[in-house]
Amino acid sequence: MAKNPDNQVSAVRKTKHGTALTIFFTLLSIVYVMPIIIVVMNSFKRKAYVNRYPFKIGTGKMFVGLENYVEGIKKTEFFNAFGYSLFITVCSVAVIILCTSMCAWYITRVQTPFTKAMYMLCLFSMIVPFQMVMFTLSKIANMLHLSNPVGIILVYLGFGAGLAVFMFTGFVKSIPLEIEEAAMIDGCTPIQTYFQVVFPILKPTAITVAILQAMWIWNDYLLPYLVLDIKKYKTIPIAVQYLKGGYGSIDWGAMMAMLVLAIIPIIIFYIACQKYIIEGVVAGAVKG
Amino acid sequence: MDKAIKRYFPLFALPTLVAFTIGFIVPFAMGIYLSFCKFTTVTDAKFVGLSNYAKAFTDGTFGHSLWYTALFTIVSVLLINVLAFAIAMLLTKGIRGTNMFRTVFFMPNLIGGIVLGYIWQLILNGILANFGRTLVYSATYGFWGLVILMCWQQIGYMMIIYIAGIQNIPGELIEAAKIDGATAPQVLTNVTLPMVMPSITVCTFLTLTNGFKLFDQNLALTNGAPSDMSQMMALNIYDTFYTRQGFEGVGQAKAVVFFIIVAVIAVGQNVITRSKEVQQ
Repeated sequence: MAKNPDNQVSAVRKTKHGTALTIFFTLLSIVYVMPIIIVVMNSFKRKAYVNRYPFKIGTGKMFVGLENYVEGIKKTEFFNAFGYSLFITVCSVAVIILCTSMCAWYITRVQTPFTKAMYMLCLFSMIVPFQMVMFTLSKIANMLHLSNPVGIILVYLGFGAGLAVFMFTGFVKSIPLEIEEAAMIDGCTPIQTYFQVVFPILKPTAITVAILQAMWIWNDYLLPYLVLDIKKYKTIPIAVQYLKGGYGSIDWGAMMAMLVLAIIPIIIFYIACQKYIIEGVVAGAVKG
Repeated sequence: MDKAIKRYFPLFALPTLVAFTIGFIVPFAMGIYLSFCKFTTVTDAKFVGLSNYAKAFTDGTFGHSLWYTALFTIVSVLLINVLAFAIAMLLTKGIRGTNMFRTVFFMPNLIGGIVLGYIWQLILNGILANFGRTLVYSATYGFWGLVILMCWQQIGYMMIIYIAGIQNIPGELIEAAKIDGATAPQVLTNVTLPMVMPSITVCTFLTLTNGFKLFDQNLALTNGAPSDMSQMMALNIYDTFYTRQGFEGVGQAKAVVFFIIVAVIAVGQNVITRSKEVQQ
């Protein structure tokens, strides 16, 4: 809200050091993207040269074309991994958004000792590190036959509920009760009220929650590694880690190719939704 | 209206409640209980009292991982926040290319810990090779390697939060301070910093807990080498569970200790920095 006055101030400041700063940040940006460029460069090099000369451009006998990619995709079954990652992330986020927003609305509107306790438990769960529950959670998931890409959605809903319920509750509290009462008086059932009146108002928060959860689930390694039957189902982080052989020997050629393939979907997603991602992070931080 | 909604409990609250019970409440409660038991799977638990905790505290690798983690967290919290704040200050001056720089600095944050670990293993080993060393030569290299990695990953994220905080400061406030003759450092310490305190609260909270709970990056970058010396707490707990036969109970006891430390830090930090926030 106070953005405009600040911009006027910066307009005054702009005259001084402006160009020098732009040059400085341009150089810094180049340094910042360098690691990724180096990985891309190395993904086209023969594997024996990757680890030995990581900063040399792969020309002549070092260049192998797409060999590393072919090798890596075969070894890790990358496209399966991509499919599982995409399926688990999209479905988990959709389920989390739907279920936790409904739950948050319910526990805000129905104030009983039970719903209050549930809210407190959600808050509490946010400070519990995953290592605390990893062993018991993975055993329970196995017992309940949740060790597959569909079952893990339930696990993500459970473990991700804390943050999501907390953020939705914060927003539901700010919605004036009169709007919902009017809808109810006009004959809406609670289901209609929720989906036609409340959820549309919750949309900005839903986007924030979706982005935070998607960033977490897509990159999560340990939870799927422990919960899923990894002989059958590998997500992308598991597939990358799988390339590291038993005694720490790594096929660096295939590794480079897989790192590139793992980064590409993220960059496409980032470029497409940059505005929402950055707004989501800011909104999430303010409420968190 | 309460009553009308209340009947819909099974539809609105039950799915989340069931998942939350399976995914959090039961594992957490069982985790506390099992930390007092000897077990290999969860069904053969035998109560053994505090002996798991005694073993956890006499395990030298655990103590070492605690100090290593604490030191890492302090260094990374300071570096990340100072650098992110400095960049945020410079990027709110309205210079050309601001949006592009923001985009670039934020980007590494979206890359997962495992992928980041291998990217930096390649680069840092490539640099260290010039001196005939590798990342696993000693725990010091692993330590600074992780610090560099975390800075690269998190500065952009924190910068975004600081930029939002700085842009929220009313321009009149800074103008007024300048008219009253405040120098640039005075404006920074007496106006800007107190006004962005909410952002500082959030960023220190995030960097603190991220630092303490760090796992993926640690696993991919050094995996604790050499001989568990660069092992952080989360990885130490993981190794106790899954690589040492018969130590599941000790692992769970360590996990409880870990949880208490993280909880105390998270709550304590919130209380301290929130008390320094000013009303806008």
